[in-house]
Order: sequence, then C-alpha cells, then structure tokens
Amino acid sequence: MKFSEQWLREWVNPAVTSEQLVEQLTMAGLEVDSIEPVAGRFSGVVVGHVLAVQPHPDADRLRVCQVDVGQSDTLNIVCGASNVREGIRVPVAVIGARLGADFTIKRAKLRGIESQGMICSAQELGLAETSQGILILADEAPLGQDFREYWQLNDNAITVELTPNRGDCASVNGLAREIAALNGMLKKQLVINSVAAKHTEQLAIIIKAPEACPRYVGRLIRNVNNQVASPLWLIERLRRSGLRSINPIVDVLNYVMLELGQPMHVFDVAKLNPDIEVRFAQADETLNLLNGQTVKLSSDTLVIADQDKALALAGIMGGSEAEVTAKTQTIFLESAFFEPIAMAGKARRYGLHTDSSYRFERGVDPALTEKAVQRASELIIQITGGEPGPIFDQISSEYLPNPLTIKLRKTRIKTVLGITIPEAEVQTILTSLDMQVTPDAEAWQVQIPAHRFDIKLEIDLIEELARIYGYDKIPQQAVQGQFTAKPLTETQTDFYRLRNVLIDRGYREAITYSFVAPKLNNIFAPEQVPLELCNPISAELAVMRSHLWPGLLGVLQHNQHRQQERIRLFEIGLKFNQYDERIVQQPVIGGIVAGTRYPEQWASGKEPVDFFDVKADIEALLALTGRQQAFSFVSVEKPGLHPGQTAKIICDEQVIGYIGALHPLVAEQQNLTLPIYLFELDISIINQQVIPSYTTLSKYPSIRRDLAFLVEQNLPVADLLTKIRNEAKDIIKQVQLFDVYQGKGIPIGQKSVALGIIMQHAERTLIDEEVNQLIQKIISDLQQAFGVKLREE
Amino acid sequence: MQNLQVILAAAKLAVEQAQDIKTLEQVRINYLGKSGQLTELLKQLGQIPAEQRPQFGQAVNQAKQELQSLIQNTEQSIQASQLQQKLANESIDVSLAGRGQTLGGLHPITRIRQRIEQFFTQLGFSMVDGPEIENEYYNFTALNIPEHHPARAMHDTFYFPNGLLLRTHTSPVQIRTMEQQKPPLRIITAGRTYRCDSDVRHTPMFHQVEGLWVDQGLTFANLKWLMQAFLTHIFETTVDVKFRASYFPFTEPSAEIDMTCVHCQGSGCRVCSHSGWIEVGGCGMVHPNVLAAGNIDSEEYTGFAFGMGIERIAMLRYGIDDLRVLFENDLRLLEQF
Repeated sequence: MKFSEQWLREWVNPAVTSEQLVEQLTMAGLEVDSIEPVAGRFSGVVVGHVLAVQPHPDADRLRVCQVDVGQSDTLNIVCGASNVREGIRVPVAVIGARLGADFTIKRAKLRGIESQGMICSAQELGLAETSQGILILADEAPLGQDFREYWQLNDNAITVELTPNRGDCASVNGLAREIAALNGMLKKQLVINSVAAKHTEQLAIIIKAPEACPRYVGRLIRNVNNQVASPLWLIERLRRSGLRSINPIVDVLNYVMLELGQPMHVFDVAKLNPDIEVRFAQADETLNLLNGQTVKLSSDTLVIADQDKALALAGIMGGSEAEVTAKTQTIFLESAFFEPIAMAGKARRYGLHTDSSYRFERGVDPALTEKAVQRASELIIQITGGEPGPIFDQISSEYLPNPLTIKLRKTRIKTVLGITIPEAEVQTILTSLDMQVTPDAEAWQVQIPAHRFDIKLEIDLIEELARIYGYDKIPQQAVQGQFTAKPLTETQTDFYRLRNVLIDRGYREAITYSFVAPKLNNIFAPEQVPLELCNPISAELAVMRSHLWPGLLGVLQHNQHRQQERIRLFEIGLKFNQYDERIVQQPVIGGIVAGTRYPEQWASGKEPVDFFDVKADIEALLALTGRQQAFSFVSVEKPGLHPGQTAKIICDEQVIGYIGALHPLVAEQQNLTLPIYLFELDISIINQQVIPSYTTLSKYPSIRRDLAFLVEQNLPVADLLTKIRNEAKDIIKQVQLFDVYQGKGIPIGQKSVALGIIMQHAERTLIDEEVNQLIQKIISDLQQAFGVKLREE
Repeated sequence: MQNLQVILAAAKLAVEQAQDIKTLEQVRINYLGKSGQLTELLKQLGQIPAEQRPQFGQAVNQAKQELQSLIQNTEQSIQASQLQQKLANESIDVSLAGRGQTLGGLHPITRIRQRIEQFFTQLGFSMVDGPEIENEYYNFTALNIPEHHPARAMHDTFYFPNGLLLRTHTSPVQIRTMEQQKPPLRIITAGRTYRCDSDVRHTPMFHQVEGLWVDQGLTFANLKWLMQAFLTHIFETTVDVKFRASYFPFTEPSAEIDMTCVHCQGSGCRVCSHSGWIEVGGCGMVHPNVLAAGNIDSEEYTGFAFGMGIERIAMLRYGIDDLRVLFENDLRLLEQF
C-alpha cells in the first residue's frame, strides 16, 4: 500500500515528524518499506501566466513567450513545447532556479533570442517518468506562487508492506485509524454525501451466488463526458499512490479505493446485454481481461455477467468487452462485498494479483459498499457530469459476517504478556480501534468492528493491546524455574562428533541443494524413479537427490574448474527415495575425495589418493561405534562407480553404505579429473555406539608368530583374517596383516599374504608346544578352507 | 731417567696429534700396551741399581698415569667433538611444514548453527528433527494457516505431484513434537527449509533454527528476555534487541526481532540500510489454535516460539556479503572456516 503522507495527514495529523510517523507504523506492525519525496529536489519554480506567444525568427520549433510571474517585469522565455499557448498558467523556472543537483537556470541566448527562464514539463520537475510538452496548470493557479507550495510537493510517498491480516489498513482511512489510535487522537470522521437520483433507470441485477456475494450495490449514471481530463489534483494523488491516470471515471474509482478501501468496478452499459448476473462461471467459459490476457474460467470462480457472457472476474479484474473508454456515455457502477473465503487464492490461480483482489481476499468492510458508490458518484458527476439513477442495494444478511463480541479476561492479559496494563488504558486502546467495550467485574465484552476480519479470539485482542501499548514498553523478564538439561545418552554419537572425525582428517564440509539435475541423479540411481518437483526453480534443480553424490560431484566440478586439484569434502543431509508409495528420507553422511593423498609439500610425493586412503577415513567413522568388527566391506557393482573398486559396507547383514572410485566414463562425461572416490553411510547406524566393557589385562607375556601364505588372487584377505581369529578367540588377541604382494616370484593368479598372529593367555604363560599346535591347526584349516599354501622361509 | 723424559714427551706429542679414537688407541698401545715403550721401561727395572729402583719405578708409574689420564681426557674430548659434529650434521630446517593431512573445517552455516544449538541445549532445550518432505497439514493447516490463507501464497512452496511439499519453515517440527511430548517442553530444531525463490537475496534452499518452549506461566516478557540473552551470546557483544509488531499465523502476539547492527554498532551502514538495526528473526506467543493442534490446553499452558534464518546470522557474524556463495562450496570460501 503506497500513499501520500499529506493525504494521511488530512485525516489525522499528529505532531510527529515524517520519520517518527514511519517509525510508529513500522513498530505497530505496518512495516514501512520505503519513504520517498514525491518530486525531485528543485527550487525557484513559480506559477507563471503566458501572456503572448510568438514564433522564433530563426527556429521553426521554438517559440518566444512573454510570461508574467507576478513581478514587475514580464519574462522573455524561449520554449520548445508544442503545447505552449497564450493564456495558460505554467510552472516557470526563473533565473537561478535549480532543477536537480547540477542544473541551474541561467540567462541564455537560444538561436539569438534571450531566454530568461524555462517553462517546465512534469518530467523536468520529477513529477512523471515521461511527459509530452509542458505542464499546464489550472487557470486559478495563483500567479507567482512558489510551485512546490502550490503543488503541495513537500510530501512523501510512503509504502507500507501490509501483513495478510491487515486488509483494513489498505486505505488512507484505515491507516488514519491506526495512526489516531497510536497517538491517542481522533481521526477525521468519514462523511459521505448522498447523491440523489435524477432518474429511475436501473439495470436488473440477479445475485445467483449470494453466499459469495452477500452485498451488491449498483448505480447507473447517464450522460457522462469521459473525454474531459482528470483534474490535476486527482492525477497527482494517484501518482503519489503509485497509480497511473487512465480516464476520469477509472481514476475516481481508484481514488475511492485508496481513500476508503473499497474496490469498485464500472461497465459501459452500451456494451452489455442486461440483466446483470453475479454467478459462478460455467465450466470452460472464457473471458478476455482488461490486461489483454484471456482466461479459461473454472466453476468455482465468481463472475459478473450479462445475458450473453462473463464480463468481469468478480473482485479481481474486469473484462475488455464492457470496458469504459473516453467515449462511454452511460456507466454502471459496481460496489460489492465479496466473501473473503470465496475470493481466497482465485486471483493467483489465474496468475493475477490486483489491487482489488488484494483487498477482497483480506476482507473489505461490508458497511462501505454503498458509501463508496455515493462517494464515487459525487466525484464522477463533479468531473464528467452525468445523471445518477437510483441505488440498487441487495444485502443477503445471512451470508454477511456476524458482528462478533469477544470476552477479554482481565487476568489473561498478564498471563500472556507478563505485564499489567491499567484497566483504563485497556479501554482507551480498544475504543481507539473502533471497538465497543463493556466492562464487568472480571472481563470486558468487546464488540469488534466489521472491518477487523482478523480479530476473532481473545488472543487477537491481547495482541492489539500489546501493539498499541507498545512492545518496547514490555520489559524483559527472566524465566523463573529449573532448567533440567536432557543430554544425549552415551550410546548416541553427536553429529558434530562425526563431522569432526572427517574434519580432523582433512575434510571440509559442503552444503549442497537437496534438489539436483535429473541427469546427474540418474548416474547413481538409474533404477530409482526420483521424486520430481512440480515447480522446480530450474531444470537443473528438478528432482530430490537419491544420493548425496550428484551434489558433491557438482561441487567437485566447480572446484576442479577453478584449478583446485586436491579436494576432500563431506556433507550431512537427507537423501530421498521412493519405494512404491513410501517416501524414505534418510540421513546420510557422504563424501568425495580427489587429487593427491596429502597436500602438496616438500616431504610427500604427489601420490594420488587411493581407495584405501578413503577407506581409512570411513573406518575411523565406523570406529566411533565401538564395534568395528561388525562392519565388513564386500566388493559390489554400483551404477556410476568403478566395478572393480567399489564396496558395499555391511553391518548386521544390512547394507549401510558404499565406498568406491568414480567410474572413469562418468568422469569423462562430466569433464572431471581422476582419481575421484565417493562414499556414503547411513548415519542412523554409525551414530549408535556400544558402551565399553572392561576386560582384565593379562599379566602374562604375549607371543607372536609370523606366517606367509600363497593364496588365490581373488580371495578377500578379510576372510582369511576372520577365519584365523575364530580359531581360538580367547588366545588370539590380534591378527596383524603386514604384507600383501603380487609380482616377481609369485605365480600368476596368486598373491602372497604375510601376517603376524599375536597370542596371549589370560591366566598363564603360553607354552611353545601349545602355540605350535595352534599354528599347525591354523595352517591346515586354512589349507582346507581356502587352498592356501604356506611359504617357507 | 733421561730416556723416560724423552719417551714421555714423545708420547704426549703423539696424544696431542691424535685426531680420532683409533689413532689415540694406537698411541696408547705404543706407550702403554704390553710392549709399549713405557711398559718396556718398567721391564728394565732389574737392570737398574737397587737403590735407584724405587725412585725409577715411581717415576715410570707416574709417567704412565700421566699419559693414561691425558689419553682419557683426549678421548673424551674427541668423543665430545665427534658427537657435536654428528648433531650438527643432523640439524634440520624446523621451519618446514609438518607432514600428513591438514585440518579441515565446518561449513560456516554449520559452524554458527552449532553455536546456536549449544546455547539452547545448555538452557535445557532438547534437539529434535523433522522430515523435509512434509504434508500440508504440518506445514500449514496445523500452524493456523488454513487453505487459501494469503500467508500460503507468501510461502512460495515447492510441491510434489502427490500433494506433498518441501517444508517452507522448520515450524512443522513444533506440531510433531507437541503430538509426541507433553508439556513442559523445550525444544530446538535446525535444518534445511525450501522456498521457490531465487535471486540475490534468496536461495531456494536455506536453513532455519527454531525453538519452542511451552510451560505454565511463560509470557511475552520472558520471550524478550530469552531473545536478548541469545543474541548477546551469539554475537558476543552488547546488542540492543527490539521487538516490532508483526504477523505470523502460528504465533500471537507476534514480533520481528531487530538487533543493533553489529557492523556499525547502530550508527548506520550499508549492512543495515543506514537504519542502525537489523532484522534477525521472528517470534511470538504460540497461537492457541496451534497449541490445540498439538493437544495442549492453552488455558493451562502458554508458550513461545522463535525462528531465524541461519544464513543471516552466519553472514552477520562472519561478514559474508553474498548469500549465494554459501551454496557454491568454493574451497576458497570453505578454507576460511
């Protein structure tokens, strides 16, 4: 809502500065978005009278004018505007006038003729974006008066960002009511002059949807002359409120809407086929709107129609069929109360948002419906002439909002706000908001005015009290009582601990969008139907990620393309998958690693990072659970990843994550530099830890025996180690793998595996004989199970 | 006797000239060994007149001791100098960088989020989470935003074909918590939220942190106190906090929270549009309809809720002037945190 400060001050004029006024509005919940002067910063412009106009002897387009500015000498002014003529009153920038920061009017010669000033256009004065010719003032403009004073330009245009609950403030009248309440004043009373009918002609109106249109007021006005220009005061008021002048009738309707808050519509009677109907649209009915758009209507949309067709989207926008133009002679004025719920969301559905729909959706006072027609009639007849007919006014009271009375308990105010507002002040505040207050012993009965659609409950009244009383007057009060913290249990690992494991190992945290490009998502989840947004921000952000990898890959690309070679990133977030109708939103921790193993420096070579570097990072995360042995890495093929360098991570027979190298083809397609490794783990598994349980330390020495085997190349060494551990769980404390070798000296298809077995007994010293027996048993069991061959020293 | 003096002088000279342990050992053998020159002298003792023997013997032994002690000292000094040499050779350039991984870091959003969460958990708030794909009931209806409410249009919601949506705020967690817990309750939730809006000042995904406190006797004045304590803690400076009337369907009375601009301390700068104040979040008393949706009797309990954009707090705290860089994940940004 944009309005002129001056206009508001005509309604209520508190002794506060513009800045204070803005502050009052903002603090009271009517947030001021901007305040700007209504004209450029000019000075030295006065009202002048053009006494004579002569052609310029040396320039076809220029004229030489004699202009009286109320001083002893008339001024000789050369003017290029085609609309300059004898007898008009105009704004004149005299010698020394300043137009803008660096434009001062000086005595000058134009094609040999001296010019002692400049006749100004609206544009030159900052009153219009563009203008054709000079600004012509009313004949009664006082000669010689400072133009700023005459045009009342010491004014501001204030834009208020109204919250959805405050439709009642979408008018100067409404804002004045607020300002009056905030300053403990009374605003100007709304006085409406009834314009008596001059004839009896009227249109038949049939309200077919009274539930959506409980009140409809109409009036026919004959013989208007819409070819006249709107008066300057009207154009200027509209301009300061952010509206353009169209023609006098439309301008008046806009003016009344700004003044009272009642949107209206007007039809050219010659273009319609009475009767008028207020009805819901027929399915697939179309309507050509005033903005040139054609809409296909749905059957829950209220329209104003004649016998042939829809003429207007009720309360939203008129159609072009019965549009009022300069030539219009007979008009039909419409003012209605459209039910807010029936209006809600309708404009938006057609991609529209109009001053009218904005107000009707929030609620317009049904008491204004007829008053607005009277006010508009008065102004229209004043400007365009015409003969008004009788007022048609149909009220379906059963559908009008019921006047509400709310009980406000005295104790409740302190319960909610924590302060006591003196009872007299409570009554004053509520009364200043047009509420009728009847006190009894414990409460007030408060009758809510019809324009306050937002006040339905006791709490709404308490908010009004707090707002007008002033939030800043409510003190800060510490909460009294006990603060019992509820820390995590010992079996839960804080997500920050997970993050820190990776951070301490050189990772940085990334946060990527949860929606990704379908193409990228498909690389890693071709088997999944991704969750697709109806209204994505772009095609690149259209589906919910099935893994964290598409987003991380994008970040990798961003950085690799900016000469970053070494990248270690992780992210924590949800991944989204759909199984039949079930949507699973799973918290995961994922990462991407590329470049060298260590940061480039003097002591390390430039070895590329490999699978086992990344695996160590994952093992560190898994170690947080306190049951590392429960996790196993099993070779797997996974879309988007290298088929020979990918593992699924298994815990309790469930797959809880993946680690793998990016598939070289994907790297090529995405223009990425290898090596690149990816991982992703289910957080709900790794944030659970077991509470440690102490085992007594053995007092006896441990014994180590080293063994080397030749095994099949494809045998997972982990299987070998598990098998050994299980041979004698009490005695074998550790199986330490210290070498895996393939190549010279080893038969093709085999590898050499060297490991140390560390044994210790809890209660006594192990003797050689039993150790030898155990080692022999291990060797023979491994031979049997895996066909391994012991390598002799 | 004269001979003894000559030998001893020669021996001393040899010791002095010895540069290493090996040469020194040779000197020792030459003079003090089994057939060393001084040892040999002692062997001649028999040939010397008896009366001179004690004197001669004493003189040779004295010479031996003198030489021995000289060799020992020289040995120690050679060893010391050799050690010094060795250590000198082993000296390194300690200014060179250490080996291995360097420390990574949290994303700035998470960094400030952790501080926010720590503040509230220390006040006894429990951290809770909620889904990001939500339904209309939790995101709107239960929060007193019925269908067609103009506030829904202001939310620029992302929808899925089945009618589900991406949560536009963290407030659905309030309802989910109230459904599961009885008051008194004190929760904090932080996470991703989404709105269909993308320009210089909006990203389609952003983060909110939200708190809810429901108990007997909680008031708007208490809420003011908590917000003041919170902002003072986060920005570690004395800030003025101002409540400005506003409207959220799920709280009433509602307020926008303004804070002294931390860049100019309130004197006015570009960050605060020269107002001296910056808006940091919204809050209010929980609306009775919302308490009712959470099966809480609003006659017995009152509560308040507050929420803010984490990006905004992070940008103010760390001086980041462009929202969008937070989601580019450029290493040059991440490495600053």
